Amino acid sequence: MAMVSASLLMVPSLSHAQQIETGGKLLLTRGISTFEGSGGGGLTPWALITGNETNRGIGGSAHYTHVMLSDYQLRTYGAAAGFYDRFELSYTRQDFDTQDIGTALGLGEGYTFSVDVVGAKVRLAGNAVLDQDTWMPQVALGVQYKKSNRGDLVAALGATNDEGVDVYVSATKLILSQSLLVNATLRYTKAHQTGILGFGDKASLQPEFSVGYLVTKRLLVGAEYRFKPNKLAFAKEDDWMDIFAAYAINPYATVTLAYGMVGDVATIANQKGLYATVQLGF
Amino acid sequence: MKQAPTIKAALYMKMVTLCALVTASVLMVNQTAFAIELSKQQNQPVPAGEKPVDPYVQSNDNAGATPMTDDTVYHQFGGMDGISRIVDDLIDLSSKDERIEGIFRATDLVRLRRTLKEQICYILGGPCDYTGRDMKESHKTHGITMMEYNALIELLQVAMEKEGVAFRAQNKLLAKLAPMYRDIVLR
Repeated sequence: MAMVSASLLMVPSLSHAQQIETGGKLLLTRGISTFEGSGGGGLTPWALITGNETNRGIGGSAHYTHVMLSDYQLRTYGAAAGFYDRFELSYTRQDFDTQDIGTALGLGEGYTFSVDVVGAKVRLAGNAVLDQDTWMPQVALGVQYKKSNRGDLVAALGATNDEGVDVYVSATKLILSQSLLVNATLRYTKAHQTGILGFGDKASLQPEFSVGYLVTKRLLVGAEYRFKPNKLAFAKEDDWMDIFAAYAINPYATVTLAYGMVGDVATIANQKGLYATVQLGF
Repeated sequence: MKQAPTIKAALYMKMVTLCALVTASVLMVNQTAFAIELSKQQNQPVPAGEKPVDPYVQSNDNAGATPMTDDTVYHQFGGMDGISRIVDDLIDLSSKDERIEGIFRATDLVRLRRTLKEQICYILGGPCDYTGRDMKESHKTHGITMMEYNALIELLQVAMEKEGVAFRAQNKLLAKLAPMYRDIVLR
């Protein structure tokens, strides 16, 4: 009897279920895709939810990022889905290619470290775009599960684990009267070089910042700074930074060009170079 | 001794009369205030070409945003002439946009043109008063979604671009309008 009444109660709620919509966000307000797959800037996640959907729909995005550092190449590609402008799920594959330097490091030419990153994010409060009469930002909580495919090697380099979970809180605010976008993220992480060189025992809290200026409704230019831990014995790890320009061609395609400076990576000093991302979304 | 009750009765009568007078005058004052309030609501003339709306109290507070403290942005919009062209374009664009044309079909566009021009002029620090209804009241029957709200923002951007309003000035108006979603977006 209880089951019958329960199922009877279900029927009206199902028949009244709203139609799921796609689209509806303003240009650029789904964010771009970080090299870790989460909606955000390039280096750091933002509190914005990926996809063009609003509270009544679903959306998605896919990206390819190519970073040409002085001696390394980083390629990342993945897809993400946004649900009701509330939840975000993402998967990204990172290939960190040692190219010629692989030989010098004794790994062999073109030796590649790959990391799979599965991300989830939930918007907790605020509307970064529309709440223009208050300082309250959009706030989101996210996790990134990362797994390296080079467990033996990263262990030999000093990592205690080939997988780890980052947890972060992001606060993002568009200050429309000044045409400015600001973001602050605080990350709890055990990763060495974001996980490319594995994970350690000791977690630390690392802040990350983005600031952007809206030149037009299609063009955002800005800079990012990501503090990083430095806990590997064999090689120094530096903070990362970039300057970027993101251009929304239309509601579906955004291209980003950046110049990144990532410092020392696996004993090779002063790595920097061009960073390009193509993001398609709906 | 015999007169005492008479005096008492007279006093009592006087008191009752006084009370009645006070009550009556209070009632009359109340009624006058009520009548004034009512006439404010009911005797609003319906401007030519507009359909009447339910009575409401006119106030700049209905504009839904605090106005800018000076008229810099008002002049960046080309004053009332510029605002007028932008609003006309916005309404024309909206009436043709498949996402929101239904809302505009169900709207008195003559009235909307007038009140929206007043509202933007008032918010930008121009020499206008807003005489329309508040945002909650004027949108309550439309069941507007976030997608529809954002569609209107997009079309307003198109209209402002066409008028040649500087992007930074456009954003200053949008910053004032954007929070109104709390009263306008209902589902």
